[in-house]
Amino acid sequence: MSAPVLNAQQTPAAAVEGFSRSETVTLAWPMIMLSVFFVIPFGTMLAVSFFERVPGGFFEPGFTLDSYARFIDPFFFKSLGMTMMIAGSASLLCLILAVPFTWTLTRMRHHHRVLWLVALLSILSLSEVIIGFSWSLLLSRSTGIGNILVWLGIENRAPKLSPGLGAVLTGLCYLGFPYAVLVLFPQLSRLDPTLHEAARMLGASPRRAFMNVVLPNIAKALVAAFIMVFVFTLGAYLIPQLLGKPQQWTLPVLIADQALFQSNLPFAAAMSIFLLGVSLSLVVCVGWLGRSSQARIEDQSTTQSTTQSAAS
Amino acid sequence: MSLQIAGVGKDFGKQTALSDVTLDIAGGELICLLGPSGCGKTTLLRIIAGLESASRGSITLDGDDLMQQAAHQRNFGMVFQSLALFPHLSVEDNITYGLRLRKMPAAARRQRAAELLDMVRLPGVAKRAVSMLSGGQRQRVAIARALAIEPRIFLLDEPLSALDAGLREAMQIELRELQQRLGITTIVVTHDQREAMTVADRIAVMNGGTIHQMGSPIDVYRRPADKFVASFIGQTNLIPATWQDDRLIVRGSLFDPGQAARDNQHTSPDSHETWLSIRPEELIVLDNNAASPPGATILEATVRFIRDVGASIEAHLELPANDNQPAQSLVALVSRDKVQHLHSGDTTRIQLTADCTVVLET
Amino acid sequence: MNRLLNRLFLGAIALFMASPIIILLGVSVNAEKRLAFPPQGFSLRWYLELWNDAGWHSAISNSLLIASLAALLATSIAAPLAYGLWRRRSVWLRIFHAFGVAPFVLPPVITALGLLSFWIAVGGYGAFYSVVISHGVFLVTLPLVTITLGLDAVNKEDLEAAETLGADAAARLRTIILPQVIPYAISGAAFAFVLSLNEYIIAYMVAGFTVETLPIKIFNSLRYGYTPAMTAVAIVFAFVTALVFGLIGYFGDLPRLLGAWKSKDDS
Repeated sequence: MSAPVLNAQQTPAAAVEGFSRSETVTLAWPMIMLSVFFVIPFGTMLAVSFFERVPGGFFEPGFTLDSYARFIDPFFFKSLGMTMMIAGSASLLCLILAVPFTWTLTRMRHHHRVLWLVALLSILSLSEVIIGFSWSLLLSRSTGIGNILVWLGIENRAPKLSPGLGAVLTGLCYLGFPYAVLVLFPQLSRLDPTLHEAARMLGASPRRAFMNVVLPNIAKALVAAFIMVFVFTLGAYLIPQLLGKPQQWTLPVLIADQALFQSNLPFAAAMSIFLLGVSLSLVVCVGWLGRSSQARIEDQSTTQSTTQSAAS
Repeated sequence: MSLQIAGVGKDFGKQTALSDVTLDIAGGELICLLGPSGCGKTTLLRIIAGLESASRGSITLDGDDLMQQAAHQRNFGMVFQSLALFPHLSVEDNITYGLRLRKMPAAARRQRAAELLDMVRLPGVAKRAVSMLSGGQRQRVAIARALAIEPRIFLLDEPLSALDAGLREAMQIELRELQQRLGITTIVVTHDQREAMTVADRIAVMNGGTIHQMGSPIDVYRRPADKFVASFIGQTNLIPATWQDDRLIVRGSLFDPGQAARDNQHTSPDSHETWLSIRPEELIVLDNNAASPPGATILEATVRFIRDVGASIEAHLELPANDNQPAQSLVALVSRDKVQHLHSGDTTRIQLTADCTVVLET
Repeated sequence: MNRLLNRLFLGAIALFMASPIIILLGVSVNAEKRLAFPPQGFSLRWYLELWNDAGWHSAISNSLLIASLAALLATSIAAPLAYGLWRRRSVWLRIFHAFGVAPFVLPPVITALGLLSFWIAVGGYGAFYSVVISHGVFLVTLPLVTITLGLDAVNKEDLEAAETLGADAAARLRTIILPQVIPYAISGAAFAFVLSLNEYIIAYMVAGFTVETLPIKIFNSLRYGYTPAMTAVAIVFAFVTALVFGLIGYFGDLPRLLGAWKSKDDS
């Protein structure tokens, strides 16, 4: 006689351990799609970066480090430095605006907050083309805000603010601000509000309480947010083009330019791989920071499971 | 419907959550699985429900092997600790969920939902969202939902733990009445011994994955089988004692625990340590000037603290340390008129009698 | 005083956020073919031109079609992945989860170039379907995140309750999981739709010279002759985007979708 032990196939409780056949079939779809259209394209790009360039045509399979060798060039270093400088200062500006704003946002009434979030999301998903174009209008001589100065009698001729470094930074700030807010939003809204209140009870002014109690508690989140916004603005392609002079063109502009107009796909791929390396290591840093600060926040708040932000 | 649980065990990895539980439950009976958290009571309930698989053992319902049936085939109604009311469904849709799966026509379902809501004394909320209900109302909806499918067995996992004290007691009585009216075989998991005493026909006291004692509420209270049961069910004083063959020695004095306890000892005559359990309300504190009854076992104690608890006086006593034993504190509940002269710091005497003392088997 | 400062700060942020929209709105109602602000005259002719001009018309319909298909594709990829991970945290599923999130976190030009080399190699360069698939894969992150949030909100005890009431695995999926998760999936698809609608670099690299989406068309008109119609289309776009998010905000729980733990219960 066999022992009356549960048959694993028959009880749903036991079936949770593994997946049924129909589930396995369903899971194959995302795996195939992501393998074919994400993993393989990245592999292709990696391969292309080692291919030989054919002047006038695209490329020809082979193995050469020529494209990578082109990194050792003052021009590339200058563009790289400019890219980092632009992305760095834009993200810093974004954060300076976004931290107090997000703090205020998390303490608003529900429907005010939803209204702001709708506005932020709308601007965040606004095409870079539209943002770049409207800021070029705003900063231009004929239609721009400079005309307000003329109207006020401060200047007699409207200044031309675009293209230029200031215009690029303004545009990137506009692009990155909603992103920064949405990256900070989960962290700040999960922060235990009693921390701030406790500090207030001990006699700290709201601003002091924020500086002494809230900021140290979100320091890691801030660094993480800075890196995220940095990677985000690093990816801007149209704004440097629309609002900047050629010397302010960032790496993505150069990559697209090489790929589409100079027909040098191997070099574009090599620069992409480089950019990938930089951003990936930064994102990994964020993941690492996130894990350690998450533990802290979860200590403070006993609610629910960790949810990842949908910040886009 | 009678349920037979035979040698059921459950291992989580190397850890044994439940070891060889055997339990027979008669039709229409209400059994409480009572124990501290982590004692395996919920695991046992979930195995009965089919939500967890057993590592060994068998469960049969009127001779019908349950191990071959998945939870959704067992037709057992279960009330969960979190209540698990479906947030996206109305009260009525929650209650008729199981009936819809059983393809009952819509009109009949509505009818049945109204009957069930009447039964749990919650009429007129059928169309409401679950989130609009109070804690007690949600409780009733959860009970109605589990009973809607006319379950063969009714299972409840800490069903009242979310309610505040007053409501909880009222619901306990209501639950018991409902169960008796329906005559449904029921298993309730709880860590609250008062709740178990209120609702159960029999209580299974569990700890460390085993059933320590199975009996009627008064049985487990009056005649606890072991030290764990004695201290878990109500408050008790545990005094170490020693069997020397068939003589019981308590703190140097001989004590006659009565015929039944001696008979028990006769089955395994040897010398070993044991415990006496005396409920605070049964501990006899002698008047200062009263003479000791001849032949009685008397222990001297010091009064440490006196507390008025309303109906009676709670006296905290201490048996002084002697050569073999350390000092031991005792609690006695004494009626007000008997002990006006008790003051903290006094020395007094307590009397052990066979009637009020239980010799624990382990 | 603090209140006033706070108001001023919020006002300044609102002005910063709104000013590009205001100028676009102003320019779009110019009577003449000039990018003048404040507008000279008032007319809605540029909005009409969007409707009548075949070029704008095809760009709009291209964009809408690509965005709808890409949103569906992204959701269809994300849903089983999120469900699988919710059921079981297997290493493979986690790796694919990372693949699903990666393209969105990295600078898009990298994904764009990867897809460009891929489509050149397999021969889909310039094709409509290439843009749909590229966007679909690029935007998997959004439904993946929202569906995961939706599944996390499903109480596992609810599933056990359904099980004791007689629901087998398929019935539990149909009656308990799907009704609670579908709103999140719709939000995710809507996010993906809006982002695809506005996406430039990937569409441009994969099929920029053959399939003209709206952002590409706007950029091209920027280069080859300004017209206020560009601003009109930008306004229409901004409006559609705000409408979609407004709907999500109205029907869904936006703060929770964006990562707050509690939202509606505190005021």
